[in-house]
Formats: sequence, structure tokens, C-alpha cells
Amino acid sequence: MKIERETVMHIAELARLQLSEEEIELYAEQLSQVLDYAAELQTLDTDAIPPTASVLPLRNVMRPDDPQPGLPRDVALANAARVIDYQFVVDAVLDSTSS
Amino acid sequence: MLTDLTLTEARDRLRAGAITALDLTRACLDHIRAVDPQVRAFLLVTEEQALEAAEAADRRLAQGDDAPLLGIPLAIKDVLTTAGIPTTAGSRILEGFVPPYTATALERLFAAGAIMLGKTNTDEFAMGSSTENSGYVVTRNPWDLERVPGGSSGGSAAAVAARMAPGALGTDTGGSVRQPAALCGVSAIKPSYGRVSRYGLIAFASSLDQIGAFGRTLADCAALLGVMAGHDPKDSTSVPDEPPDYTQALTGDVHGLRVGVPREFFIDGIEPDVERAVRAAIEQFAALGADVREISLPHTRYGIHVYYLIAPAEASANLARFDGVRYGPRAQVKGMWPAYKVTRGQGFGPEVKRRIMLGTYALSAGYYDAYYLKAQKVRTLIRQDFEQAFREVDVILTPATPGTAFRIGEKIDDPLQMYLADIFTLTPSLAGVPAACVPCGFDAHGLPVGLQIIGPAFDEATVLRAGDAYQRVTDWHTRKPQIAESS
Repeated sequence: MKIERETVMHIAELARLQLSEEEIELYAEQLSQVLDYAAELQTLDTDAIPPTASVLPLRNVMRPDDPQPGLPRDVALANAARVIDYQFVVDAVLDSTSS
Repeated sequence: MLTDLTLTEARDRLRAGAITALDLTRACLDHIRAVDPQVRAFLLVTEEQALEAAEAADRRLAQGDDAPLLGIPLAIKDVLTTAGIPTTAGSRILEGFVPPYTATALERLFAAGAIMLGKTNTDEFAMGSSTENSGYVVTRNPWDLERVPGGSSGGSAAAVAARMAPGALGTDTGGSVRQPAALCGVSAIKPSYGRVSRYGLIAFASSLDQIGAFGRTLADCAALLGVMAGHDPKDSTSVPDEPPDYTQALTGDVHGLRVGVPREFFIDGIEPDVERAVRAAIEQFAALGADVREISLPHTRYGIHVYYLIAPAEASANLARFDGVRYGPRAQVKGMWPAYKVTRGQGFGPEVKRRIMLGTYALSAGYYDAYYLKAQKVRTLIRQDFEQAFREVDVILTPATPGTAFRIGEKIDDPLQMYLADIFTLTPSLAGVPAACVPCGFDAHGLPVGLQIIGPAFDEATVLRAGDAYQRVTDWHTRKPQIAESS
């Protein structure tokens, strides 16, 4: 199955990845190649097989409801590019020109 | 030379007072200075902290403290967070990031007296089989500097092979501990999914990621695993059972052990030298009294298809957090969405972007059932293969990789060829079972070959016992690359 460049651009938009023209061409080709390979799975009949999301038998893991101190605010914020009043700062969402 | 001591030998001498932690740590640091400019295993050497920790270990030793790893220097893969020490995951998107906390597995090792020498190179976000996908540097195989060390934990494997550290930590999602161990001729174990806490492991594929150990012997790996294993309230996928004493499990006896050899692992495309060495290792088990029989794991060939849908899908979700807001460099672009896109487009390397694209596609509307759900269903078939096999056998022996170390640059432009380097390590990861790798010979170019030993879920003890018994009667693991001689 050939992945079209429009599909690559749509997926890149969903993944919030800026791609160059060369990358769009390259990924269109390489994703097609990998997905063609993956298509071999369709030869297996799995209608009656449940999916595996986790190999563990654990379900609904709970911990005791004991409050614990979290990271101090200044430590949690120490790696941020911009901080004002102990908050992470991003540019305005609605002003932005691109989606 | 102190750097020739295995972890177990070093520990015994430290306890006996025959050597000091400071001398051992200095010897490792000196050897890193001599050898690593060529190998490039380390992204960061934490010399000052290592020397301080060594002095502290010597004080504890003098007081008669017998913590299990007291004074043992280790190399740590740079996807494990270390409080106050930069952690990059091999990615430019985390350049300059200094974590506020330390991974649980590391906290346990440090509490047991281990000393961190530095952070080792990795394929970016542990995605790769050659360590060429690192955003920083290409690590070289100590056996042949023109070849890759494997990946993604290539830095840790190379550090142990070149005698820069007696042990190291790696992480394994589809083979990232076992494959570089095979290519560098060292021992390693990936425990069962759930055995070691993933807290502080920068996530790649959360249903597959596990922290593993490297050593020159599997007994060394057992000592490291014993300290790391066990429940952690900070990781809900770490199992509550108390792990056994792995060192006690090493009896040297495999008499009557039921050993399965799956026919699906001896396929076209496996290098003849690899098959020959692995077949000879299997004969060795028979000579030790093991009951060797052929078995079948019929869905083995689908492992690569399943893995390269599930792992990228989980990665695309996990890597959504890297947007330049809370950590990492941020592109100077106006507007929140454009800043996200440019930050991520510039910060991630080609393989990470490829996998985010693949995973986003596999999870997107209209394709979810055909790709992601289908892969999860075939994952069930792969698990059932192992469950069925482990009703008949105690361990399974296979080649760890289809070939020995390949040349730098040989596969970097062909993702599918690169993915095939992991073909034998993927299915145990998908099934969540433990698997070790031990050196079992060399090819005609003098490059190491690895034997994979797979066990039932949570039976690391039997895997370690089998590999240790093999190492007691073979000397492949004692061979040393030429570069390790320089100092």
C-alpha cells in the first residue's frame, strides 16, 4: 500500500511534528515499506483471539491512600523554558495562526 | 589489572580488604580515559561523584558493612534518570535536562553500595539496534572499531566489553540489552516484564520496557538483578511477589534440565558461524546432562510485524510529552502549536520521527483495527506459544541475533534491515518472559556470538542457573578485545 504525501502530512500534523520536504518524501516511502511488511499479519485468523494490552495478570492496582509530599514547586519547574508565578508558560493558543 | 576483575571477584576482594573501592574506581576512570576516546561508550563521566561515592564505600567497608554491591563501579544507560545529573535519553530534545529524581532501580543499587561511573550512550529514546541513532555520538564495538556495538544499550555493552566497568545497566524493549550483549561478547539479562520497577526509566514502549543488567558473567548479572528486583509503589506494573535470591540459585547443576530448541529460530539468513556456535553451545548443555529437545514456537516469524506496530504506537503516545514546555530546549517560534511542531521536528532524530509517524498512523482513525488491534491479537498468539512450550521445557535456547556485529553505516539507511537485527529477541519481549544472553563463540572475523536463554515468566532464577552452569565449563566470556589491553 502506497502512503501518499497528504497522508504523511496529516499524520505529522496529528503528531505535532514539523517535517521537511525531504522527510515527507522519505517517510512516505519508508512507512509504505514497513506497513506493507506488517500487512502479512492479515493472513492470520484472529477473530477469536483476545488482544494483549499487558502481559501482567495485575488489574486495578491500588495504593494506600496516604498523602505524600510531591516535588517542591521550584524543583518541578527547574527545567522549564519559561515560568511565571510558578506556572509553565506557553504562547497563546487562540492567537496562533496555524492549527 | 583491577579492571580485569569481574564484578563478583571485585566484590569478594573489597569485602576481604584486598582492594579498596577508591583504587577500583580510579582504575575504571583511568581506563575510561585511555580507551573511551576510541570507543565512545560514555556520554558523561561523573568522575567527581564517583570518587566521592568510592570514599564513602570504603568508609562503610571499614565499618564491616556488607551491602551486596558495596564499592562496585557501574556504567548507567542514559535513559535512566539521575537526580542532579544530566540525562538525555540520547536525544537532543533533552539536551541540558537535569532530572529532579533518580530511577528506583538506581536508588536500590546506590543504597547497596554501587558507584556510578557515568551515563552511557544509547540510540535516541532507546530506539535502534546499533547506537548509531544517538543524537550525540556513535559508539564503536570494542572488538572492531569499524563496527557497531549493537543497540540500543550499545554504550553500556561496549563499556563492559572494553573493561571500562565491571557491570552496567541497560534497558530492553525488544532486545536492547540482549542484542548489544551478543555483539559485544558480554553477558546480560532482561528480566520478566514487571520484575524491576520502571520508575525513572524514560518510557519508550510501556508494555515492553524493562531494565536489564550487563556483566562479564551471568553471575555478575544475577548480583545486579537481585538488588534491583522487587515491588515499587511508584510503578503499578511492578509485581508484588518477593524475588528469590538469584545468587543462591546458581548451583552449577543443569542435570535433567529440560531444554527446548525452537526450530523457527534456525532460519535462512542466519550467519553460518552463528548457527555453528549456537549449535555447539546446545551440545554443551546436553553434555552437562540437560534433556535437549526440539520444540516449536510457531508464531515467531510474526514477532517483527507485531513489535513494529505496538512499540511505535506506544512510543508515539509516550513521546507526546516532549514539547519544550516543561523540559528540554524550546524553539523560538511564535504561537503554541507552531512552537510544539518546530521543537519536536528539530529535537527528534530521524528514527524517532519515523517511529512516531508509524505509531501515530497505526493508532489513527480508520487504521486502528487493521494495525494496532491486529498486532495485539497476534501478540496473544506469541504469548500462547511460550506458555505452551514452557509446559514441556524449563528453558529455551536460541541464537541471540542472526548475525555478528555489522559495519557502521551498513544498515542505517534501511530501517527494515535494521529491524531484522532484533528478530530473535522480539518475541520474548512481547511475551514478557525473562531472557539472558551469554557469549558462546566467535565468527571467522573474531566477532562474538551470543546465545539467548529464555525462561518462563518470573523464573529468572532458572535462566541464570542455566547460563551460569554453561559459563562454568566454557571460557568465551573470559576473552578480551585487544583495545581493553591499552591503558
